[in-house]
Amino acid sequence: MEKFSTFKGIAAPFNILNVDTDKIIPKQFLTTIKRTGLGKHVFDEMRYKKDGSENPNFVLNQKPYDKSNILIAGDNFGCGSSREHAPWALKDFGIKCIISTSFADIFYNNSFKNGLLPIMVTKDERDALLEDAKDKENPEIEIDLENQEIRRPNGGKIKFKIDPFRKKCLLEGLDDIGLTELHENKIKSFEESRSTKHPWL
Amino acid sequence: MSKTLYDKIWQSHLINEQDDGTSLIYIDRHLVHEVTSPQAFEGLRLSNRKVNSPKRTLAVADHNVPTLDRGLGIKEEDSRIQVEELDKNVEEFQIPYFNMNDTRQGIVHVIGPEQGFTQPGMTIVCGDSHTATHGAFGSLAFGIGTSEVEHVLATQTLIQKKAMNMLININGNLDKIVTSKDLILYIIGKIGTAGGTGCVIEYSGNALRDMSMESRMTICNMSIEAGARAGMIAPDDITFNYLYEKPMAPKNEDWDKAVSWWKTLPSDSGAKFDKIVDIDATKVTQTITWGTSPEEIVSIDGTVPNPDKISDEVKQNKIKRSIEYMGLTPGQKISDVEINTVFIGSCTNSRIEDIRSAAKIIKGKKVSSYVKALVVPGSGLVKKQAEEEGLDVIFKHAGFEWREPGCSMCLAMNSDKLNEGDRCASTSNRNFEGRQGKGGRTHLVSPEIAAASAITGKLTDPRNVT
Ligand code: SF4
Repeated sequence: MEKFSTFKGIAAPFNILNVDTDKIIPKQFLTTIKRTGLGKHVFDEMRYKKDGSENPNFVLNQKPYDKSNILIAGDNFGCGSSREHAPWALKDFGIKCIISTSFADIFYNNSFKNGLLPIMVTKDERDALLEDAKDKENPEIEIDLENQEIRRPNGGKIKFKIDPFRKKCLLEGLDDIGLTELHENKIKSFEESRSTKHPWL
Repeated sequence: MSKTLYDKIWQSHLINEQDDGTSLIYIDRHLVHEVTSPQAFEGLRLSNRKVNSPKRTLAVADHNVPTLDRGLGIKEEDSRIQVEELDKNVEEFQIPYFNMNDTRQGIVHVIGPEQGFTQPGMTIVCGDSHTATHGAFGSLAFGIGTSEVEHVLATQTLIQKKAMNMLININGNLDKIVTSKDLILYIIGKIGTAGGTGCVIEYSGNALRDMSMESRMTICNMSIEAGARAGMIAPDDITFNYLYEKPMAPKNEDWDKAVSWWKTLPSDSGAKFDKIVDIDATKVTQTITWGTSPEEIVSIDGTVPNPDKISDEVKQNKIKRSIEYMGLTPGQKISDVEINTVFIGSCTNSRIEDIRSAAKIIKGKKVSSYVKALVVPGSGLVKKQAEEEGLDVIFKHAGFEWREPGCSMCLAMNSDKLNEGDRCASTSNRNFEGRQGKGGRTHLVSPEIAAASAITGKLTDPRNVT
């Protein structure tokens, strides 16, 4: 996985409650057998009109948000199915970070595995960032994972919490399977004791 | 120290724990389907890894498979490629597999329990959020993403952090007409779609103890709609009787050993829960959804809410949006809402008991002339059982279509889907915008209400069809 480094990017105001993964990437695009190429379908039903043309009212179709790297999102982002296609599609569109008050569990987990950083902040902090993002002239926000800091366009800073292990994996671009294989002996002895105790398992 | 059911399963599967709580846990059972696995197998191939324990894995194609004329194969090219990819992967990695033409094929969460692959005390995962279903057996079962599918295939373990313990106590007697689907919708309405976030829910209370395994599965299935990582119910005699002599359940001496171990699993009295919710079963009515989130519920004799009465602006907007998408008016009686599609199926309600209860209501009646109605059994074995009982004939006489097993119109990845503006009474679990087809409108209901609605062409209390 690519290492996650500090970056400055355009933040889009995306204050919709309970955005589900069907909304992020509708099922007709799940038939792919690849991880890439889903960016053009992200938020498909909100993004395109029935005739296939872009819906000008949808925020990610508007300048400068069509080049967004950050979403400032509504509560409970990413609920619904476990499809990893959701973070793949967001990533492929160019989103590297999503800031919200809460995320659905599986989506949250899946994001880290794909170098997409979900940040949880308080409601007031999120609302302040939404105001920042709404300023089309200056919607750029800096994300510094190392120092756990969001730097606002007005120079203000918001600190955020993150699990140290997940942080390390993102910063160093570590591969989970490789890390687990370091525990090979422990896994083996676990399996052995399990099959004596509960042979039917 | 007293422990919860979740604590016990967690601890007995813990291989390694770091100081920050990041843990490596052992996975007993892994279910695989065609949609969330191709990239995982590809990953294994690219890194030259093998499947660690094929015998703990079971694969099936369910999401994309046609429910009509299966002999003709899959028409849609993308879907066909995805299923062919699975055929190829299970062959290469030697994974047990029920292919599309096997009678044991069906929805992944129906076949696991049916085969006895699902058992108490296990950790069970699948690249699918409704894996929570298997928790009805007193196992820890949850959905994972594709990267994690690859991780489990390669190592038979998963990196996780322990979730919080949440208890939902359902005491008192449920009204006879109230089903487990009504109950879980009612609970989601109470706690909200984020009510269980960060938690594993244990459902308990006397209302559950009398419930069949199939009804319990319906409840655990929708834990994910309540935001929880998993849902579980302590195993008891009903659980053991269900599993006894299932093809993959332990046999002979092993069975006795297993049962005595399973009996130690229920939460100890005095075990600590981080959150507790009490539900008074006597208050639960027949519940359906009116909106586009599973928490937007209404009693079958209720009305569509009025957004102007809601002070929180974001919530008000969400409700307005739902009402607009659903084509309803505030204050409208829900039983006046006309539907043109009925779907009885999905991993929530496609088991034999669901089909029996729907058939009871349908028997001798006709589906309304403007309603398209289909029954999609959860597995080939459910279908076979129903046919042996003559239920297929009841449905066909009434004007229902009787289909081959699969996910079908639950997520509309195959050609079973709603058209723009169609309105469906569906026994599935998600009513998100476009879930059953672009522009389609979904009301989540019990099999009984689905059946009654098919007859009248409106969302209907089953007591009103005679
Ligand atoms: S029936 Fe629906 S919810 Fe269940 S596994 Fe299939 S698509 Fe998912």
